[in-house]
Amino acid sequence: MTRLIPTCSQTVGPFYHFALARPEWSNLARKGAKGRKMHVEGRVLDGDGKPCRDAFLELWQANAAGRYNHPDDMQDKPLDAGFVGFGRALTDAKGCYRFTTIMPGPVPGRGNALQAPHIAVNVFARGILKHLATRIYFADQQEANAADPVLGLVHDPARRATLIARPAKPGRDKVPVYRFDIRLQGDGETVFFDV
Amino acid sequence: MSLRDPVPYARDSAGAQPPNDFPDYKSTIKRAPKQAPVRLQHTLTETTGPVFKRSWVGKSVADLTRQHKGEPLGERIIVAGRVLDEDGRPVPGTLVEMWQANAAGRYAHPRDRHDAPLDRNFTGVGQVITDKDGNWRFITIKPGHYPWRNTYNAWRAQHLHFSVFGPAFATRVVTQMYFPGDPLLADDPIYNAIPDRQARERLVSVYDPNLSEAEWALGFRWNMVLRGREATPTE
Repeated sequence: MTRLIPTCSQTVGPFYHFALARPEWSNLARKGAKGRKMHVEGRVLDGDGKPCRDAFLELWQANAAGRYNHPDDMQDKPLDAGFVGFGRALTDAKGCYRFTTIMPGPVPGRGNALQAPHIAVNVFARGILKHLATRIYFADQQEANAADPVLGLVHDPARRATLIARPAKPGRDKVPVYRFDIRLQGDGETVFFDV
Repeated sequence: MSLRDPVPYARDSAGAQPPNDFPDYKSTIKRAPKQAPVRLQHTLTETTGPVFKRSWVGKSVADLTRQHKGEPLGERIIVAGRVLDEDGRPVPGTLVEMWQANAAGRYAHPRDRHDAPLDRNFTGVGQVITDKDGNWRFITIKPGHYPWRNTYNAWRAQHLHFSVFGPAFATRVVTQMYFPGDPLLADDPIYNAIPDRQARERLVSVYDPNLSEAEWALGFRWNMVLRGREATPTE
């Protein structure tokens, strides 16, 4: 049987904020998720290092036990009623975004390899015709990162480092902060995946 | 515990997606990555994704002409279709977000400075969750053409913006729907960034008299097709 042709992507354009901004979606832990709470924040920068103030990010991650809230995840691990695992945040005038979430647990990779704790990210913006996919890993998960099969696809250590969020100074709420900048192009260009 | 690897989602055929590096669309010049993307075999991370609950998304807004005191100006239209996968199976329960310019070609967005009137009776934002057969439907007005500064005297083809999730993070699509017979399609760089003609033309809706309502609104039909799973190898 011939398959249908998938609908292709088009840019989100510059004028979507009034439609897609849902500030509550930037807090994935808003319903009291279990696990280690954290902020993930950073900037989205273009090829000149200039902030992209019309970009947005979507996140998808497992709960603290390493289970996705989705029917295809049939692992024998607990679901967390307070945690969906999906988030969206828009960049501000300085190109900054910020999420509040919890540290995901490790999840299985292919062939029963274990994947290090990570968050899948889609990046949308004016000038991006098809959203860019990347992943956030965490600097303090060194051992798990070293064994992660997806990080292992990126051989150049400098490029691999673009996938690692680094601890930053916590703010007044004392919640741990991880910094993850996204460079769309040029020096220090973030690794994007062909998903 | 040993788990079977998830069945991956199918890869796009050549030319079926716009390349990010497409200088005719000027905004890509400083934003398209220069390095090739790293090919990733799908894991549970990619084959799962958000399952939208009504409580999470808020109430549906399917009629964009009744969000304010009065009726918006413009040509009233009904836009409807289904979300399907590549095998023609419906995708139920998925969030469809839609946004657009008003009939004069102006977005209700503070950064849109096009010298065309705003319409106090039109915001241009809708959202629905597909039903069990993957159906969605919006009542709205036809968006106007508008100028943009891509090149001198450049105007965008009329379009509606759509965002749809599907069953997995790997099926996420943000796209634009166009209208049949729009003369501006021929020169629209965003539309023409898609190399494959057939894939490109799938973004153009079809005028459907059966969807039109007599003495009231014109109907346009458009289906969104999400990636399906890779065919399972025969054993």
